[in-house]
Amino acid sequence: MTWFFDVFCSPFAEFSFMRHALAACLALALGCGPVGTLLVLRRMSLSGDAISHAVLPGAAAGFLLYGLSLPAMTVGGFLAGLGVVLLSGAVTRLTPLREDASLAAMYTMALALGVLLISVKGTSVDLMHVLFGSILAVDDASLLLVAGVASATVLVLAVIYRPLVAECFDPEFLRAARGGGSAVHLVFMSLVALNLVAGFRSLGTLMSVGLLILPATAARFWAGEVWSQSLAATLMALASGYFGLLLSYYREWPSGPAIVLTAGACYLVSLVCGTRQGLLSKRPPRRHLKH
Amino acid sequence: MHGPIVLTDLTAGYNRHPAVHHVSGAFAPGSLTAVIGPNGSGKSTLLKTLVGLIAPMGGTIDLGGLTPRDLGYLPQMAEIDRSFPITVLDMVALGHWHALGAFGRMTPEHFAEAGRAMAAVGLAGFERRAIGTLSAGQFQRVLFARLLLRDAPVILLDEPFTAVDAKTTADLLGLIHALNRDGRTVVAVIHDLDQARAHFPQALLLAREAIAWGSSEHTLTPAALDAARCMAEAWDENAPPCPVVPS
Repeated sequence: MTWFFDVFCSPFAEFSFMRHALAACLALALGCGPVGTLLVLRRMSLSGDAISHAVLPGAAAGFLLYGLSLPAMTVGGFLAGLGVVLLSGAVTRLTPLREDASLAAMYTMALALGVLLISVKGTSVDLMHVLFGSILAVDDASLLLVAGVASATVLVLAVIYRPLVAECFDPEFLRAARGGGSAVHLVFMSLVALNLVAGFRSLGTLMSVGLLILPATAARFWAGEVWSQSLAATLMALASGYFGLLLSYYREWPSGPAIVLTAGACYLVSLVCGTRQGLLSKRPPRRHLKH
Repeated sequence: MHGPIVLTDLTAGYNRHPAVHHVSGAFAPGSLTAVIGPNGSGKSTLLKTLVGLIAPMGGTIDLGGLTPRDLGYLPQMAEIDRSFPITVLDMVALGHWHALGAFGRMTPEHFAEAGRAMAAVGLAGFERRAIGTLSAGQFQRVLFARLLLRDAPVILLDEPFTAVDAKTTADLLGLIHALNRDGRTVVAVIHDLDQARAHFPQALLLAREAIAWGSSEHTLTPAALDAARCMAEAWDENAPPCPVVPS
């Protein structure tokens, strides 16, 4: 059993930065599981992507104005992320442009702006850290941020769960019942932005969306209700965080891509082996004639 | 009991283009009306405007003392995503929304009521099934069960019998009659003229305007139906504005 401990536990027992990173990843997973599931069910995976790209210029602006300050970069990233979604929503309503096109237009601009801001003022190391994360960057303050965001996410979701699911499933029913769909939508999009911003220290802005989308997409192949899909997504996100960090530690890979690729492996396995319409479950039906 | 639902010169549509215009008339309390008309004649638009999903572009609706929230509305089946991961019981229980809102507590009695509504539409035992596993007819029954829970005084049904087999149609017609016998006002968009004549005492023939409105036998005449077809086919994107009628 000692080899088991050596391989799977000792990196965390030995190094406090690994413990910090693990705690951050586990907290992130708790928020990302349910939020990602609902995001995918709302057919808004692309919005998650757009927010994660848009976080970059916001965080960069915070970085330029206040240096490597966590509150400034967090608030900047959150506002920019939410701003891009609201702006592209407005463009979709006011012009014939479809939502995917207006989102894509908006977030490529945001990404370019972010990269420009950081390369002009910072170094390429800064840029790499912001884009792809660094487990060394998870200090006490960012750990508190991630834990706070995860707690707030779970609490807020518990409160708005019914209108959120109802609005996602049958928006017209809710509108006819005056259920306050747009307020719920705004709260939910804020949660998405918050979770992406919380992830950017450990995973990086470009990678944090992976932990949101991949487990949620994979969960669809295992569970048939919103709550059980959220649970499956959370479990897979937790596992991805843990094993991704181990990979990152042993192979000296950047943590963001390692975690997201682990989540990606969960997704691929689910796609093939999932009990609910995974590729293998689509084998030809059993013979039903006797001869 | 509510007063008559009176439409006065009602115009409604999408993208600033009227789909149905200058409709005037009334649904009497406790009446049972079929709304008939070719595709694109504005039947669904009229219903959505009554429930408040679309704001009228002109004219007025007097709901006879009710608010749009008091109207029970059965949407077209095709407008709901049937791949959504939700069980039949949860979907039916949404019918409690008007009583409980977003945060009210669902008690076991609420679930029992939902179960009784399911039994009333012939879906007892389907509680834990995912809606994606239902046939079109069964799904229409689920929509009816959700509507029954509402206990609304006025019921608007948008194409309740589309893609539904004869047995289900007969069962649902029985439900509609039962609701109407309780004194509820029922308005249903349907396509089958014989059904309208046999089951609905009142009819509104719509083709972007009200061609005829009254008792079914006087409304659904061959001449009126021909007129409706011609009106509906003559869609003109750049139609000139309607002349102002002095009131």
